[in-house]
Amino acid sequence: MNQYKYIIAVLVQNQFGVLNRVTSMFRRRQFNIDTLTVSETESPDYSRITVRFHGDPRTKHQLVEQLYKLPVVSAVEDMQPDDAVCRELLLIKMENNPASRSDILAAVEAYGAKSEDYTRDSIVIQLTGDTNRIDAFINLMRDYHILEICRTGVVALERGCKTIREEIN
Amino acid sequence: MVRTLIEQGSEVVFGYPGGQIINVYDSLYKYQDELRHVLTAHEQGATHAADGYARATGRVGVVIATSGPGATNLVTGIATAFLDSVPMVVVTGNVPAHQIGTDSFQEIDITGITLPITKHNYFVGAVEDLADTIREAFQLAKSGRPGPVLVDIPKDIQIAKCDYEPAQPVTPDAPWPAKDVRIQEAAQCINDAQRPFLYFGGGLVISGAQKELLELAEAIDAPIGCSLMGVSALPTDSPRFLGMQGMHGHYAASMAMHHADCIIALGGRFNDRVTGNRFKFATGAKIVHIDIDGSELSKNIVAAHALRGDIKLTLQKLLPLIRPTRRPQWQELIAGYRAAEASETPPEGLTPRNAILTLNRYLNENTPVATDVGQHQMWAAQHLVFHRCRRFLSSGGLGTMGFGLGAAIGAQMGTGERTVLITGDGSFGMNLNELATAVTNRVPLVILLLNNGVLGMVRQWQTLFFDKHYSNTILDRKTDFVRLAEAFGAQGEAVDTLEALDHALARAFQAQGPYVIDCAIGQDEFVLPMLPPGGSMDDIIVKVGD
Repeated sequence: MNQYKYIIAVLVQNQFGVLNRVTSMFRRRQFNIDTLTVSETESPDYSRITVRFHGDPRTKHQLVEQLYKLPVVSAVEDMQPDDAVCRELLLIKMENNPASRSDILAAVEAYGAKSEDYTRDSIVIQLTGDTNRIDAFINLMRDYHILEICRTGVVALERGCKTIREEIN
Repeated sequence: MVRTLIEQGSEVVFGYPGGQIINVYDSLYKYQDELRHVLTAHEQGATHAADGYARATGRVGVVIATSGPGATNLVTGIATAFLDSVPMVVVTGNVPAHQIGTDSFQEIDITGITLPITKHNYFVGAVEDLADTIREAFQLAKSGRPGPVLVDIPKDIQIAKCDYEPAQPVTPDAPWPAKDVRIQEAAQCINDAQRPFLYFGGGLVISGAQKELLELAEAIDAPIGCSLMGVSALPTDSPRFLGMQGMHGHYAASMAMHHADCIIALGGRFNDRVTGNRFKFATGAKIVHIDIDGSELSKNIVAAHALRGDIKLTLQKLLPLIRPTRRPQWQELIAGYRAAEASETPPEGLTPRNAILTLNRYLNENTPVATDVGQHQMWAAQHLVFHRCRRFLSSGGLGTMGFGLGAAIGAQMGTGERTVLITGDGSFGMNLNELATAVTNRVPLVILLLNNGVLGMVRQWQTLFFDKHYSNTILDRKTDFVRLAEAFGAQGEAVDTLEALDHALARAFQAQGPYVIDCAIGQDEFVLPMLPPGGSMDDIIVKVGD
């Protein structure tokens, strides 16, 4: 079957060890997780886990159903890219030298990125965007000397006033 | 904690004391008139006993053990219960909270270890939470698809005091039927079928949907088969019931399932022991799958109609939509499969089959029969005759050798009925220490030990698929099981003819406590039919030549 990328938002109870329960299930069932982020939410009772993974539709069904079987999981939402704002954050440290400096700064300008740290030898650039945009920027930077990369996983919210908490039954 | 167990309706718990659970045992001492604690020989035996108790009664089995090795000894028993959806609450002690994480004596991360083999587990952080945590554990264990739940209590919480506030026994979450639109689609599919087949597993027993199943079978003129977990759910002699199908199932049941054009699956997971090669499984059939656990739908076999919901409630809504039909052509095919199955003349004498047929004559309709795992388990599933559900107790999912003796003890205590254990010399050797438990508690047990001196199931595979390389399956032990039984304080005798077995059973069913019958069978007996691993129903082995 065809492989797709999925973004799943999981509202979990804000308790000790919950992340371990969720990731332990992913490991045990051998789901291919690409990225995973955990964050606080508007309520102290809940944390939110956002998972991006790839697989076929049956695998996605399995992952969602297995999530629902964990008592610490309160709601699961399959985020549709067209109906959701999905963002990642990239920090990338480039070598700063006269030969490449203006090209790099032009790319920062073009992408609406920001240089957050500027020294004689290095520039740290911050960029937010969806996965494709971040990938494209990193690809562009490969023409120059990348010193270090750090990027977050996806965070995602549905467009409009609907919230994941409405899914809690 | 002990008062909460009593409040939740527990009458008997199984366990083993130790340093980090000693305070709980002090409470068990105080409340011994209200809650019976059965001391086993090993923590694993306690889990199997609680499991057997739960399987036979449908109630929650309770186990109590100490930290460290006490807790790790529970793991096989918890996993056994998890894979067969058996409701169980497991209580472990742990070192005081301030020592957690320091690798102190007998400290182990049992909540971490049991994460993938429990429905959920808890580490109790405050004494005020203890009673509600136990209640939640019962609730979870019983609700939806049942399973084991573990509660780990550090010693300082056991020592701490708080007022006990009484509460009612928790009731499981109310079951719900599948969505109407799904039921309508499924009814259409069933009405359009020419050769429908009903297949059920342990979920049917949990839902208690036997009556609805038989009504559906009658309405659509369909044969019924089951997985190992369904064996005693219907009376063996139910007219449409072909028995267990799958790897070692009845020929007629397996063939009917293979040639069906619509398989209605009720509370089963299409385990590989059921399907063989799942990519070649019943390729001409549309699958209608009803299960309370949505993750089972289309997990192993893609369902054309996936109905998430309680089986009984869903069938009650489905039945009025079904058009009653007679299917003479399909029945003729099935009669052919049945005739083929009945055509062989089984050999006489003390064969495993004849031993179990002899045993059948001593069973009453309430007798629970537990098994271990291996050839004897399959012979038992094939040839035992049952009249009531929850009377065949066998480790289906995990296939735990050593399960049977503990399970039989638990089942006896849960039902009050003399209980039978059918075992083999390999499985019995794993946990025979629980004979001590059976003797101490004067448990009336008939232990039929089918002794072939080999690990028969593995040997069977070696014969068929490994050029008779009998690697480590010839036991060559000198164990005298009769003297062993006597050393434990039980009775025992050895038999090597069918007539002697008959007489031995007559004595065993009159005995006060456990009675071991060491029954000699040939080492080259096969479990047949056999679906070779990875094969399809077309590859089924019915006979084995020399």
